[in-house]
Amino acid sequence: MNFDPRFSGRNFTSVGTRPIRPDGVDKVTGRARYGADFNMAGQLVGRVLRSPHAHATIRKIDTSKAEKLPGVKAVITSTDLPDLTDGDSAMYDILDNCMARKKALYDGHAVAAVAAVDARTARQALKLIEVDYEVLPHVTDVDEAMKHSAPVLNDTIFTEGVEEKPTKPSNVTKRTQYGHGDVHEGFGQADFIVERSFKTEQTHQGYIEPHACVASVSSDGTADLWVCTQGHFVYRQHCAQLLGMEASKLRVTSSEIGGGFGGKTHVWAEPVALALSRKAGRPVKLVMARDEVFRASGPTSATSIDVRIGARKDGTITAAEATLRYSCGPYAGMWAELGAMTAFACYKLDNVKTVGYEVLVNRPKTAAYRAPSAPMAAFAVESAVDELAKEIGMDPVEFRIRNAAQEGTRSSYGPVYGPIGIGPTLEAAKNHPHMKAPLGKNQGRGMACGFWFNFGGQTCTDLNIGMDGSVSLAVGTVDVGGSRASLSLVAAEELGIAYEQVKAVVADTSSLGYNDMTDGSRGTFSSSMATISAARNAIKILRERAAQMWDIPVDDVVWEKGHAIAKGEKYGNLAALSLKEIAAASGKTGGPIAGHSELVADGAGVSFATHICDIEVDPETGATRVLRYTVVQDAGKAVHPTYVEGQYQGGAAQGIGWALNEEYIYGKDGRLQNPGFLDYRIPVCSDLPMIDTQILEIPNPNHPYGVRGVGETSIVPPLAAIANAVSNAAGVRMTHIPMSPPRILAAIEAERGG
Amino acid sequence: MVEVTLWGSLGAVAGGKSKVEIEAKDIRELFRKLAEQYPGFEPYIDRGIAVAIDGVIYRDTWSKELPQGAEIFLLPRLAGG
Repeated sequence: MNFDPRFSGRNFTSVGTRPIRPDGVDKVTGRARYGADFNMAGQLVGRVLRSPHAHATIRKIDTSKAEKLPGVKAVITSTDLPDLTDGDSAMYDILDNCMARKKALYDGHAVAAVAAVDARTARQALKLIEVDYEVLPHVTDVDEAMKHSAPVLNDTIFTEGVEEKPTKPSNVTKRTQYGHGDVHEGFGQADFIVERSFKTEQTHQGYIEPHACVASVSSDGTADLWVCTQGHFVYRQHCAQLLGMEASKLRVTSSEIGGGFGGKTHVWAEPVALALSRKAGRPVKLVMARDEVFRASGPTSATSIDVRIGARKDGTITAAEATLRYSCGPYAGMWAELGAMTAFACYKLDNVKTVGYEVLVNRPKTAAYRAPSAPMAAFAVESAVDELAKEIGMDPVEFRIRNAAQEGTRSSYGPVYGPIGIGPTLEAAKNHPHMKAPLGKNQGRGMACGFWFNFGGQTCTDLNIGMDGSVSLAVGTVDVGGSRASLSLVAAEELGIAYEQVKAVVADTSSLGYNDMTDGSRGTFSSSMATISAARNAIKILRERAAQMWDIPVDDVVWEKGHAIAKGEKYGNLAALSLKEIAAASGKTGGPIAGHSELVADGAGVSFATHICDIEVDPETGATRVLRYTVVQDAGKAVHPTYVEGQYQGGAAQGIGWALNEEYIYGKDGRLQNPGFLDYRIPVCSDLPMIDTQILEIPNPNHPYGVRGVGETSIVPPLAAIANAVSNAAGVRMTHIPMSPPRILAAIEAERGG
Repeated sequence: MVEVTLWGSLGAVAGGKSKVEIEAKDIRELFRKLAEQYPGFEPYIDRGIAVAIDGVIYRDTWSKELPQGAEIFLLPRLAGG
């Protein structure tokens, strides 16, 4: 890569404007094609048989009756997806999650699948598959799973990261620790100490579009996969590895995506669909039903967190400590570790210590969910911070400003910060009219801060200039939040042409080099960097072609505002050549004009936000109403401010649902009781006020335009901001998320009784 | 020679050290020399290690130079949503 990513401080023409999104009309008229909207001639219907048990040994699976049913074209079990992971434990876990091997590890774990001529036949076939289970004791609660008496899910796992080498297997896969200084000494200096324990229940990302794909494997071994995903190149790698294929022989096309939020970052049903197609010799469409989405995909961790923070009378925090226990589902993860890294990242602390425990439970495999693990840690820490401010008698915003991390602060996860935006978001919140608005009876205001890392990654982009001067931009990062519009703006900015001249598409895996998936808030950050690089490469060729047309040295040609200009008085009579004119002549000056870029976009820069919210609590029922909500966040540079605002609002809306309603509820039998949107209630428009946003622009020094990722941080503060608002409204500290009406009522009644 | 700070569990494979000194000009050389000196590092490198250089986190740019006097901090490779 020969590309300088440093911030250049330029003035913008296109970037920062708000054109209508190019995919908007298709989406609102129903023309946009999502995962389930694609069909192939002769395609079969795929269906998956799932374990009804939370924990069971699979003694035997008899598929013979299903195979004999007329209309059934293929039946598969784990034997059709043999272990080709070659010691890659993370991939083995993904494989086992796609199709259980020796044990079913949660209610909903796939154990077999069929492909049939229609849905009715497929459903009948599932009923004919006989699975002989030996039901085992199960555990679904994160604290219960850590006890010595808990059933052990995987007897090959011994806790990593502990001083004494364990002699017995455990559900605790790993202990991690972060921090610096001496917390014991720090607490000794404190005049006030707040110590609390918190719990958050498991939630689903709640994407409206279920997992869906169409797989077609040809007899020559090549294959096509049409799929709803956050990363089609990653899906290609996963599927190729799990099915023993060469990646180049599998072409994966990403559909429009109806939400992912981290839940579509690794494969679930796609290897199953490919294995069915390979066996049946026909294309197979596999679409998860909603209950399958809840039971067998997605969710974030349930958590149990202890926090202790001490401060002097003057409001200086002297020590902060947290122990974080996160559920991982039945497979090892780094979820508690991310909580441990992010918990105190907003603050300047001399003495800080966090310890994380990764805990296996009989629940679905935990997946990333928008700034994974940070919202729960922020809930616990920001609740305790609020309480501590109250004890000291300080305004909660002033208390946070006094202790906020700044450039040069050693972060709680280790490195020293460069320029960061936590201080400015707090100052903006302090001065926001929302903070001064009056509150009524039973109403409370809360605020909280949040942090997320953001990252970049491998990125490849093509920019092709047509002979009519229009520009096609082919990117490899799936558009989850309007990035095609943002990247078109960036191409227009760099080339000096109108936004309308650029059309961005997400190219399939056979058309571009590898791209990491759209996660870590990287879509616009990374692909804009690659687009700038590709456009600059195209401009180099445009200058060369203009030089040919004028028959002058290329060094005498500069590119300004979409035109080649011959510089110097000797060329005074040469009229500028537009991109369109150069493109029209391209057939006679060397052929097509294109710019290509492949790079690793690193240096994304950390991100901070501060949220404010007002809540009304009905003390008779515990019901809540969100009255007002404000998001303040640093975007570096908002390429398309409307979509940045959309990300802020979307994160807040998801956080509101998580804080107030959403919750996986398991019965004593270990089965999920509420796998549908009627019983697992995400917020709808009528539940929410208009979410106000304030974009701060503190340029990222590691991006030419100063761009930072904006997609994830907005979900970090809401749990805490809402908990602080509810606690202030109800007059009792809420320590358990979600704060559903029964939980709030119980807390109010306990306070009254106490 | 750069001083490299290790996160907790990584320190365990470096004989309990939280900091090590390595002669390395870029991230690639740093990882190669760490793996040579401490064989326990290799699985961690395979799993993914991010390198924070003066607070900026690099996950994949192994050609990134390590300036003299810079703060070099190793972190686990992060997951995102």
